[in-house]
Amino acid sequence: MNMELSRRAFLRTSGAGLAGSTLGAFGFGEAEAAVAAYVKPFHLANTVEARNTCTYCSVACGIIIFSKGDLRKGEKADIVHIEGDADHPTNRGTLCPKGAALKDIVKSETRLTQPMVRKPGSDKFEPIAWDAALDKIARAMKDDRDANFIAKNKDGVTVNRWLTTGFLAASATTNETAFATYKVVRSTGMLGFDNQARV
Amino acid sequence: MTNSWTDIRNTDLVVIMGGNAAEAHPCGFKWVTEAKANRGAKLIVVDPRFNRSASVADYYAPIRQGSDIAFLLGLINWCIQNDKVQWAYTKAFTNASFIVKEGFTYQDGLFTGYDEEKRDYNRDSWDYEVGPDGYAVVDETLQHPRCVWNLLKQHVSVYTPEMVERICGTPKEKFLHIAEMIGECSSPTKTMTSMYALGWTQHSKGAQNIRGMAMLQLILGNIGVRGGGMNALRGHSNIQGLTDIGLLSNMLPGYLNLPIEKEADFATYMSTRGFKPLRPNQMSYWQNYKKFFVSFMKSMYGDAATAQNDWAYDYLPKLDVPNYDILRMFERMKKGEVNLYFCQGFNPLQAFPNRAKLAEGLSKLKMLVIMDPLQTETARFWENHGVFNDADTASIKTEVIQLPTTCFAEDEGSLVNSGRWLQWHWPGGSPPGEARTDAWIMAQIHLRLKEMYRKEGGAFPDPIVNLNWSYKNPEDPSPEELAKEMNGSALVDVFDPNDPTKKILEAGKQLSGFGLYRDDGTTAGGCWIYAGSWTEAGNMMARRDNSDPDETGAYLKWSFAWPANRRIIYNRASADLDGKPWDPSRKLIEWDGTKWTGYDVPDIAPTAKPGDVGPFIMNPEGTGRLFVRKMMRDGPFPVHYEPFESPVANVIAPKVRGNPVSRVFADDWKQFADIGDPNFPYAGTSYRLTEHFHYWTKNNHVNSVLQPQQFVEISEELAREKGIVKGGWVRVWSKRGEIFAIAVVTKRIKPMTVDGKTVHVVGVPIHWGFVGAARKGFPANVLTPFVGDANIETPEFKAFMVNIEPSTGPVA
Repeated sequence: MNMELSRRAFLRTSGAGLAGSTLGAFGFGEAEAAVAAYVKPFHLANTVEARNTCTYCSVACGIIIFSKGDLRKGEKADIVHIEGDADHPTNRGTLCPKGAALKDIVKSETRLTQPMVRKPGSDKFEPIAWDAALDKIARAMKDDRDANFIAKNKDGVTVNRWLTTGFLAASATTNETAFATYKVVRSTGMLGFDNQARV
Repeated sequence: MTNSWTDIRNTDLVVIMGGNAAEAHPCGFKWVTEAKANRGAKLIVVDPRFNRSASVADYYAPIRQGSDIAFLLGLINWCIQNDKVQWAYTKAFTNASFIVKEGFTYQDGLFTGYDEEKRDYNRDSWDYEVGPDGYAVVDETLQHPRCVWNLLKQHVSVYTPEMVERICGTPKEKFLHIAEMIGECSSPTKTMTSMYALGWTQHSKGAQNIRGMAMLQLILGNIGVRGGGMNALRGHSNIQGLTDIGLLSNMLPGYLNLPIEKEADFATYMSTRGFKPLRPNQMSYWQNYKKFFVSFMKSMYGDAATAQNDWAYDYLPKLDVPNYDILRMFERMKKGEVNLYFCQGFNPLQAFPNRAKLAEGLSKLKMLVIMDPLQTETARFWENHGVFNDADTASIKTEVIQLPTTCFAEDEGSLVNSGRWLQWHWPGGSPPGEARTDAWIMAQIHLRLKEMYRKEGGAFPDPIVNLNWSYKNPEDPSPEELAKEMNGSALVDVFDPNDPTKKILEAGKQLSGFGLYRDDGTTAGGCWIYAGSWTEAGNMMARRDNSDPDETGAYLKWSFAWPANRRIIYNRASADLDGKPWDPSRKLIEWDGTKWTGYDVPDIAPTAKPGDVGPFIMNPEGTGRLFVRKMMRDGPFPVHYEPFESPVANVIAPKVRGNPVSRVFADDWKQFADIGDPNFPYAGTSYRLTEHFHYWTKNNHVNSVLQPQQFVEISEELAREKGIVKGGWVRVWSKRGEIFAIAVVTKRIKPMTVDGKTVHVVGVPIHWGFVGAARKGFPANVLTPFVGDANIETPEFKAFMVNIEPSTGPVA
């Protein structure tokens, strides 16, 4: 069953206001139905849904993110709720104690929100602009690469490797991010390149 | 996973060993519950602790951490001795009948060719005898003394039930009970599945732990069948994807290898990658290696990769050592040999062993760049947090740049689950503040480097200035563009050599599968195993049809599974030699007289006749390998080796310390406790709790509240012996550092008797640190030794030695 369609059909046919009674017919108890009657229309009529995957382990439970605002229309979107995706074959809507608290990691108070720099010997992070941070990083890379790049080994064999800089990639990023990362890092000749699969 | 989460419903017996799925993978574990409820499947758990999975098991047995190989080879020995072997499968689908070269021996824990100085083997004799026809010699009667089967039989004969008890601390009758349950699965109509995780990988012989079970599964006929297989329960949401795409020191995407410096040119590199079949008619699919390699190079370097320059072979860095893995990089850092280090969504100060050494290494960097959605200890390693991070801030000269990135909820793209499903996801929220995607950041770095090299010149600019970066907006490549690039496309029109009027490929079109990859530069594809994921028919990873005909658990129309949308790999082995399912009630694919059909995409050429072509199509043998030839550094068969820190000497090879070929750096030897060291008498191990995800959930208030207090787990007996009270503070220390925690005194852990000696286990959950919403605490890596698996350098986190005493708690 394609739940994307069925949800829309559900909205069209029953209307948000009738959701309570419809859900009641699905076998919810009275108390649950009362909660559902309040919550479900809120989800369906007032928020935008996005299908996503839990960020933690590789069971890869399907989740639905509910937001105020529609990214597809170029709007700002504020996530208000995350729940398990009942259509997903693996988790069938269930989530574990981590998955159930996903919204709180997205909205964690310790999310990073601006580039920062900690200068040598300093006891604090200070803000830095994106451009300044990226310029600094690229310059440090080029200087280190130019100074330490090994074009040939002692036998005169071309080896084109760079050992004084290393890169750890993130195994919670997407394949697409990983491939972009791969191309950029490998093209420099860096060999100290790994991800959490090494752990 | 060879199979998938949803396939576990098809099993008769689940063995959880080297993992704790109920705790760490709860929503996947539900498929164990389904199998138990609907099929009457049984669950066996073997673990040092009576853990959450054990609490719902049909049978539990304790085992000392680090002794799994003795247990697994003990099971193989028992199955051989008691004729619990699926003979037809073993004879036809494994290399049991292959004759091993004369000169190969095994004695006192070591195989032929050991060099103690180098801690390495000369592996020349670890191979088959090859006949004048170029094929490996076999003896289908299994009579030849040097056939793999007889060598295996001999090799495992030492692992008797008594020996298993002596090494593992598992009571003999419990071992035998489990052996009998497992032995039943040698029937063609009974299947067992293995669910394992870091409990097997995080050892100095982790890869051989897994081989031990894989070999058992082969002789039981459980690979390639529904409800069977070797199922790695992978950790992070896309750790499978990052492995597939080869973001590892020595890898190229799709399990191709980065060249080593001895492979000075492309011809030399390819000379050992012919993959000529070792038996007649075998597919030996890696024969297509060159197509995958050349298409990858075209994807990387476009027009700059030509036949004339060997597809830009010189652009790839060449290795002088097997790996610049993370342990090696931190060793180099400590020696002042690394200047810049990037951590993209990675917190190595918590995630690698011997924390003091890690902090010392980071302090010697010139610059550390952090890309992360969250605060990490690594980003703040220079901050002083008293006992929790006693850094001398002013003396640390490392410049740290911390870049805020988006998280899963704000990003679009695919993630690969344990079962190799590439599942597309869509963003739901706007990033906080100035956070940007990692792909944008990588593009910014690349474009800046490219510009500087164009303007200034410098060391070998070619691979940077020629990197194919033809995205619509080079500043911000889109997930769609990158996904299509990995899938692969035709670069020019290609015509059939036999019929020049017939166009096989059309320039600019997406390839429908890796079978269309070419080695002449006419196709590009970043990761051949992902071919088919984004074709001319669209984004296959975004498919959401959850229909499952006859409820086999395959879900072929949900997302895309690599390779070729196949859900169970080696699935040709689900049918007998005539192509009929071993178990008609669990049909997967079958031979209909002209072709293979069934519930899954056949893992064999569709018209390959059943008698001719073996199911293990990637191997030149066409079979699975009980004897793995030269492919692993530490032996063609697994051997029981003690952890580097151990309460007892190796019973079967007393002179061998740890894994004899594991790489150990000089300074680290000094930081290992001696064997049976009375100063460190207790066997420590580390694990995760269901409320926590590694070190991330410290940033989540809810999870920090659910499981707030750092604790260690010990037995009632050890608590009595040491005067430790339930809920009281303890100090736990190893030769590398100390932690303070609350003692959970529990019946879940019991002392074991190992080689006549009582061994107590100390369990150390991971999670705590000094940032985030959680209470401050100590990461387990304060305690753990700096040594890794002999083949892949995964750290030995699961077995180390500690001491413990009552304490008044940390003085912050």
